[in-house]
Amino acid sequence: MNSNTPSSSAGGPGSADLATPRRNSKRPKYSRFTQQELPACKPILTPKWVISTFLLVSVVFIPIGVVSLLASRDVVEIVNQYETECIPEESRNDKVGFIQSSQDKNCSRTLRVPKDMKQPIYVYYQLDNFYQNHRRYVKSRSDQQLRNPGSEHSTDACEPEEKTNSGIIVPCGLIAWSLFNDTYAFSRNNQQLAINKRGISWKSDRDHKFGKRVYPKNFQNGTLIGGGRLNTSKPLSEQEDLIVWMRTAALPTFRKLYGKIEMDLQTGDVIDVSLQNNYNTYSFNGKKKLVLSTTSWLGGKNDFIGIAYLTVGGLCFFLAVVFTLIYLIMPRQLGDPSYLSWNRNPGGHLAS
Amino acid sequence: MTVTHLSKMRLWLPHSPPIFLNRETLELTVAITSAVTYAFCNKKVGSTALDFDIVIEKNARFMNQYFLLIACLQLWSLITPVNPASTWGPLIFIFAVSATKEAWDDYNRYLSDKKANEKEVWIVRQGIRKLIQAQDIHVGNIVWLRENDEVPCDLVLLGTADPLGICYVELKGKTTAALDGETDLKTRMIPSACMGIDGVIECPRPDKDIRRFDANMRLFPPFLDNDVFPLTIKNTLLQSCYLRNTEWACGVAVYTGKCNETKLGMSRGIPEPKLTAVDAMIDKLTGAIFIFQIVVVIVLGVAGSVWKDTEARKLWYVQYPKEGPWYELLIIPLRFELLCSIMIPISIKVSLDLVKSLYAKFIDWDDQMVDLETGTRSHAAKCCISGRLYGNENGDALTDAELLNAVSSGSTDVIRFLKVMAICNTVIPVQSKSGEISYKAQSQDEEALVRAAAHINFNASLIQYEVLDILEFTSDRKRMSVVVKDCQSGKIFLLAKGADEAILPHSYAGQQIRTFAEAVEQYAQLGLRTLCLAWRELDNDEYQEWAVMFKEANSTLVDREWRVAEVCQRLEHDFEILGVAAIEDRLQDGVPETIETLRKAGINFWMLTGDKQSTAIQIALSCNFVSPEPKGQLLMIDGKTGDEVSRSLERVLLTMRITNSEPKDVAFVVDGWALEIALRHYRKAFTELAILSRTAICCRVTPSQKAQLVELLKSCDYRTLAIGDGGNDVRMIQQADIGVGISGREGLQAARAADYSIGSVSGTSLFNSVSLMAYNVFYTSVPVLVSVLDKDLSERTVMQHPQILFYCQAGRLLNPSTFAGWFGRSLFHAIVVFVITIHSYAFEKSEMEEVSMVALSGCIWLQAFVVALETNSFTILQHLAIWGNLVGFYVINWIVSAIPASGMYTIMFRLCKQPSYWITMFLTVAAGMGPVLALKYFRYTYKSSKINILQQANVWEGQFLLWGT
Repeated sequence: MNSNTPSSSAGGPGSADLATPRRNSKRPKYSRFTQQELPACKPILTPKWVISTFLLVSVVFIPIGVVSLLASRDVVEIVNQYETECIPEESRNDKVGFIQSSQDKNCSRTLRVPKDMKQPIYVYYQLDNFYQNHRRYVKSRSDQQLRNPGSEHSTDACEPEEKTNSGIIVPCGLIAWSLFNDTYAFSRNNQQLAINKRGISWKSDRDHKFGKRVYPKNFQNGTLIGGGRLNTSKPLSEQEDLIVWMRTAALPTFRKLYGKIEMDLQTGDVIDVSLQNNYNTYSFNGKKKLVLSTTSWLGGKNDFIGIAYLTVGGLCFFLAVVFTLIYLIMPRQLGDPSYLSWNRNPGGHLAS
Repeated sequence: MTVTHLSKMRLWLPHSPPIFLNRETLELTVAITSAVTYAFCNKKVGSTALDFDIVIEKNARFMNQYFLLIACLQLWSLITPVNPASTWGPLIFIFAVSATKEAWDDYNRYLSDKKANEKEVWIVRQGIRKLIQAQDIHVGNIVWLRENDEVPCDLVLLGTADPLGICYVELKGKTTAALDGETDLKTRMIPSACMGIDGVIECPRPDKDIRRFDANMRLFPPFLDNDVFPLTIKNTLLQSCYLRNTEWACGVAVYTGKCNETKLGMSRGIPEPKLTAVDAMIDKLTGAIFIFQIVVVIVLGVAGSVWKDTEARKLWYVQYPKEGPWYELLIIPLRFELLCSIMIPISIKVSLDLVKSLYAKFIDWDDQMVDLETGTRSHAAKCCISGRLYGNENGDALTDAELLNAVSSGSTDVIRFLKVMAICNTVIPVQSKSGEISYKAQSQDEEALVRAAAHINFNASLIQYEVLDILEFTSDRKRMSVVVKDCQSGKIFLLAKGADEAILPHSYAGQQIRTFAEAVEQYAQLGLRTLCLAWRELDNDEYQEWAVMFKEANSTLVDREWRVAEVCQRLEHDFEILGVAAIEDRLQDGVPETIETLRKAGINFWMLTGDKQSTAIQIALSCNFVSPEPKGQLLMIDGKTGDEVSRSLERVLLTMRITNSEPKDVAFVVDGWALEIALRHYRKAFTELAILSRTAICCRVTPSQKAQLVELLKSCDYRTLAIGDGGNDVRMIQQADIGVGISGREGLQAARAADYSIGSVSGTSLFNSVSLMAYNVFYTSVPVLVSVLDKDLSERTVMQHPQILFYCQAGRLLNPSTFAGWFGRSLFHAIVVFVITIHSYAFEKSEMEEVSMVALSGCIWLQAFVVALETNSFTILQHLAIWGNLVGFYVINWIVSAIPASGMYTIMFRLCKQPSYWITMFLTVAAGMGPVLALKYFRYTYKSSKINILQQANVWEGQFLLWGT
């Protein structure tokens, strides 16, 4: 035995493993995340699961649908379309001419209350075919100007209604310029029905969007008169009709709040409406409607949600039934490997 | 006594005494004489690229061009429906993210380059040692290294502390170790004639081949009379190696980091961002969406223009100008284009990049993959010495009492056999501090043999041999030999070992080789790797004569390998065959099974290895990679010259074509050299071959060749999955489509592209800019990202059914038809959201901001449920991302709603207080998901895809296993 003997034993087969620890030092720190071994649940679309989901949905949706529909049905709504009737017979060939003339625009309408209406009764005007969402229109406003008396001149976006010959328009822009200006007055049995026009706009708009010290200036002073005028002595934050109008609508058919009648109306009541038909919807065949409506927890009269819920609930129920039937008639073992194509023709596809 | 490995230490050729560099007047002139002159440039080591380039490169892709176009259009305020920020914001964000990532990478690279550049190294100039920065090393400088120093550039070794002129280098980390697939510690020696004071080193142009360095050293008179000395890779210290176990070494710089022309630098190459198959598919689908978008834009644009001319002019409150500018006709279509631009969300880019790096991370992190690398382990098992077989059926020879007896009784044959085992190799014994000796060998076989020899202790006295010449192993010769001189008797012996076909035919006339051949056959059938050992006593004259020729051959610049082989041939004959050693190559458990499994999955295998050809083939055989004859057939592509390679390629191709119809496993084997030629000159033929063959072994390939191969396969429309252990495989991996996993999950990804919402009414966007932007970037990407973490099948199931992978290969999850499905679904969802929103928020509720938020929330809810439905396995992360995204949406919008200056002020609070809002949400989800769930369930149960079945089966494991048996 010489000095190399110890080395030999160290160099025995066992030391073949010497290389292994070194390699393993590269092994990353173990964590369940890095090893993708986080505990996982793997839901499977089993018949039981799917059918009960559908059943559950239908069980939840149908009652909601019924409740929504009832809520919607509870809402009493009086809609009166007046844009044609409020044009004198003789002017109906040239409605646009009439509306742009300075003739008397007074018009009276009669509404019949079909059902008891509890206060507050909301008075809306509804415009059809009015594109408040048109891009030219919707952009034509200046929020800074509306909010801040110092920002009178920030009218970049307001084109083409930014200034008149006499100066900057406040509030500028097409939206303000086209302010709706039909007015309504209601009376029942010759008794005036008070319309509360305070608080019809969003409080956040009055407080933060429309300045308390911003007053109208040069409004409707240009060559082209759009819609309504504003009281120059009232700050914008109090011009609630303007505030409501400037909350642009997303759709060409929309209602905007005109005021509230804080009084109950009984079935059969006849309400006389004396209205000023000032606003021009005739150039674009727009409709104008006066709407009196109560509200429910869901809002105004809108059957859509109720019907949609019933439909979806019903469909889900139908699907649940169909799937149950299919399941009963032709049960199929899930995960049956005999359905695997390579088990049907072994290796067939590999040959290609 | 042990025939120890002292002999291994004597690799030095004794007839040229080692020189020492304490003769500090040494100054070598190094001139580069190569056929092509090339200029040195004074760039430092470095690959720091400008971010700008990256931006340009990124823009080369269709998607990027598209986003840029959209962003530019957004700047035109006349047509932009929303604030330009909605596109620019995300775009800038995305570029910022990717640029930051690139910049960070670059910065790190820069730091490491800087570190490498500024590292102080000793150089010897005019006999004085000076400390300079690595970047200032010029070709011809003499660099002086101490133990454990990193080699700063490619050097030709001139002197070491070892009196024999040997030093050891360790290749740095995995990067280079894996480069040539051999062990880490290598011997390097100073060239035999390196005592010159003036001389020229003639070396070829720098190339990336780290195994060759066919240079010569020419020393000027009066030294050695203008003699030429061969230099090989053995005389070099390559960049990034570490000097080990040697006190000092010095060398002359031949290739420096400037222009990145060190061998390593060139071999590594510059990683280029590549399009993966998924990228390409996404680009294709994006193109499809783009076309769809164009159609939509044209239709809507025309309709919009007509509407504008007929209707909009009547809208007095809009105040349309009577005469528009000349480009008026374009405006409406362009607006729609911008509105529709969200169909291709920018987030897809972010998501894709993130997904890729996440997958890369997971690959990095995966324990099991690390395990797989560990590979093979050799172990000497049996031997046959002069007709006697040692080592019984399952035991190995080391424990065979008969062998031990034979050793102790001094049987000459056995002792000679063991001597050859112990001496005829290139193993380096390394003594550690604790006195243990470990062996560093270039091949595991050698290591095993030496270890076995060491294990069998002889009790005789120390025998010393001097190694005179080493006739190195090449894959052509398939054998190696050493010429040794017995220090006691002065006799010269040739010891050889090699493959049976390389040794047995060269036995002396009259020796019975049948027994050996039979033993080889027998061992081979046991799956052992065999080596024949032989020896011959040499005449002194014969040796001297041969030694001159050998040296001459070794110093040729052209065809050196071939010439050397020829010379070796002259000595290697008339062997006395001593015996056959058989080595068991123990594969890691399960490797053959794994390969079998994957093969069943219809995956074609290419083994790209830095190993020697024979080793590669052996490993391939033992791990089921190729089948042994007669079931399989191995075809060699070899040859040193273009013609040879071409001929052999043609031959192989012919065979392939013929056997293609037979159920025979035909594989071809090509080595790095032939591959280089084939790729360069016979690409077409090689491509055809690549298509025909299911299996290929490429040995001795360099990283760039690996990448080239992957590219080649990709060009044949193959999906390539490159498995590598990083470092030099990076390029290959980058090149490859990472494969099944990725293409699988990114189905969702692309699908997301279609997940858009029709949000336009009359040319103005329903959504406000901020939400649109946020939707674009965040809401759409987060849940999708989670899907990265998703897995649809457990590993176990996949293992049981490898065929499923074949199914995945067909690109099941990201193909046009799935995409169409997703597209249809998104269209359906868009309609659901739109219809429900406008009807439930009609009339007095139709305030623009509110309606927009209702629709947006609808999209978010639906999306959360879609992702939830498509997620196959829920971990905490999935839940977090899906529901967290939903919560995040509300939190963000509440915050925005709390800012008075924002357009959305109070909107979200207002909505959340309305019962109708929540009712609308549930309705949207139910109406949107109901049909999808029903359809999915139906298909899942009654038209199950293969994946679904396995998923289901996973749950009913018991039943399933029954079938499995």
